[in-house]
Amino acid sequence: MRNSLKRKSVSYAKYGYLFSLPFVLAYAIFMLYPTIYTLIIGFTDLKGVATNTWQFLDEPFKNFQKILTNKTFIGSIKTTCIIWIMNFIPQMLLALLLTAWFTRRKVTIKGQGAFKVIFYLPNIITAATVGILFSTFFGYPISPANAVLKMFGKESFYFLNDAWASRIIVAFIQFWQWFGYTAIVLISGVLGINPTLFESAEIDGATPSQVFWRVTLPCMRTILIYSLITSLIGGLNMFDIPKVFNNGAPANATMTSSLFIYTQAFTGTYQYNRAAAASMVMFLLIAVLSVFVFFLMRDQYDAKEKRQIRRMKRQARKGMTV
Amino acid sequence: MSKKRNKVKLEGTGFLGMFIKYAVCIILAILCIMPFYIMIVNATRDTYSIQQSAISLIPSNALMQNYAVFGEKAFDPLVGFKNSMIISTCSTALTVYFSTLTAYALVAYNWKLRNALFGFILGVMMIPGQVVSIGFYQFMYKLGMTNNLLALILPAIAAPGTVFFMRQYMLPSLSMDIVASARIDGAGEFRTFNTIVLPIMKPAMATQAIFAFVTSWNRLLEPMILLTRKENYTMPIMVSLLKGDIYKTEYGTVYLALTMSVIPLLAIYFMLSKYIIAGVALGGVKE
Repeated sequence: MRNSLKRKSVSYAKYGYLFSLPFVLAYAIFMLYPTIYTLIIGFTDLKGVATNTWQFLDEPFKNFQKILTNKTFIGSIKTTCIIWIMNFIPQMLLALLLTAWFTRRKVTIKGQGAFKVIFYLPNIITAATVGILFSTFFGYPISPANAVLKMFGKESFYFLNDAWASRIIVAFIQFWQWFGYTAIVLISGVLGINPTLFESAEIDGATPSQVFWRVTLPCMRTILIYSLITSLIGGLNMFDIPKVFNNGAPANATMTSSLFIYTQAFTGTYQYNRAAAASMVMFLLIAVLSVFVFFLMRDQYDAKEKRQIRRMKRQARKGMTV
Repeated sequence: MSKKRNKVKLEGTGFLGMFIKYAVCIILAILCIMPFYIMIVNATRDTYSIQQSAISLIPSNALMQNYAVFGEKAFDPLVGFKNSMIISTCSTALTVYFSTLTAYALVAYNWKLRNALFGFILGVMMIPGQVVSIGFYQFMYKLGMTNNLLALILPAIAAPGTVFFMRQYMLPSLSMDIVASARIDGAGEFRTFNTIVLPIMKPAMATQAIFAFVTSWNRLLEPMILLTRKENYTMPIMVSLLKGDIYKTEYGTVYLALTMSVIPLLAIYFMLSKYIIAGVALGGVKE
């Protein structure tokens, strides 16, 4: 009996390969091959518009050397980090605050559903549209922002011509687009925590803020790390907003690394090889971060599985004693 | 009993706290809506009145006048709308169908490389295609597929994040007994998937379809490097060109163009926001 079952399941195995084949093929063609191709281009002399013949360089690592000593590239990584930090810290703090308020068990805020819907709205709107919208809002000399300045009797200010004003606005847009998302993710994380933990803390006489700091926050460790890493990966790819808001200007103040790569490859002298080398540097950073996510999620599943096995064993034991 | 007393006490002492909480939430809500409200209102105002006062809460009647300006400029909303719609709809269909199929392969069958593929998907799920856009562009250029919408549609077949989500949803909700009874009835494996598994997966597919559509509609980098002919431009490309000098004086028209680029998104959001929020919550926990 067991033997025949086993044989049957083996005979179905080919469908596993067959049904995952479209995914595997598409991934190999449109993602894996471009990744290898980008790496190869990084070792070649490929540049110039409408060229697709290339040769390997005599000094294979020349593009990588050039790119790693390129002040604009290093500066663009710094800019990316600055803008990401300026957006992430307030975003996380606000999301945590909203999480604390929205998950308090006794005194709940009414209309939470509506608030969540509204807070998430900026996230689904096209980044290109949002970027142009904000650059119109902060236009010079006539724009809503300058109308507000005028209301307070101040002179018009050329926001897009000021390095820090541009950076702060780009960081603000990122913050504005993502705080709702982060808050919803964190809230759902808290709702997933075993409620008996809160109940026992309350029975022990813990105040709401004690519960938040001592119970909720430690339980959120995994989801906080997850949010941090995914936001960092997203931040390292920041392209749309800086591109359309001010195209890296003024004086590269909003030139993120993705925008630098795009500018190298698709404008001016079309230096595909340098851009490819820079892409691989960014790829490496993102791959390392992905490894963290991988282990984080794997551990979570392992823990879950172990819990399940333990529960089953306990039930089995109970069954035996009864 | 004691719980009830506790609640009364907390609410009584927390009046100021509650006031601050609601105030902060309402201010944040205004902050989220205001930019779009100003955008839509200014789309109906003529350039002269926008120059006089850039902020207004009252719509005006210059909508058609602003629209007429498109006729003379590069921004062709109908072409952009058509291209974006084709790409987004096809990509969404491919992503949802093939991700469900791949998830089914991972859940229902016992094959040697099953765990290897799942581990691979977990590992690459976070790596965005954007980062290898140079190789992607050169590859498509070699194949002569620049300016071909298929180059933006076909990659949607492989969406590791969606496969992951579908697998997590399928594990508890698909009972192998149903599949087994379909087999006894003589249905082929592929038919079983299409007629029995797909209907069970409908809720998850709907959620993922919304996100796939929105992501595809919003995409800027890949279309921008692949599509060089004006008749192939997507909505976000056209929007990104609005900063050129020819629009400098046409404020009303710029706002109208921006508004038009997000109409499908706003429509989707107002109809399906409940599911979208639930989907975000699910996606975040990844369980």
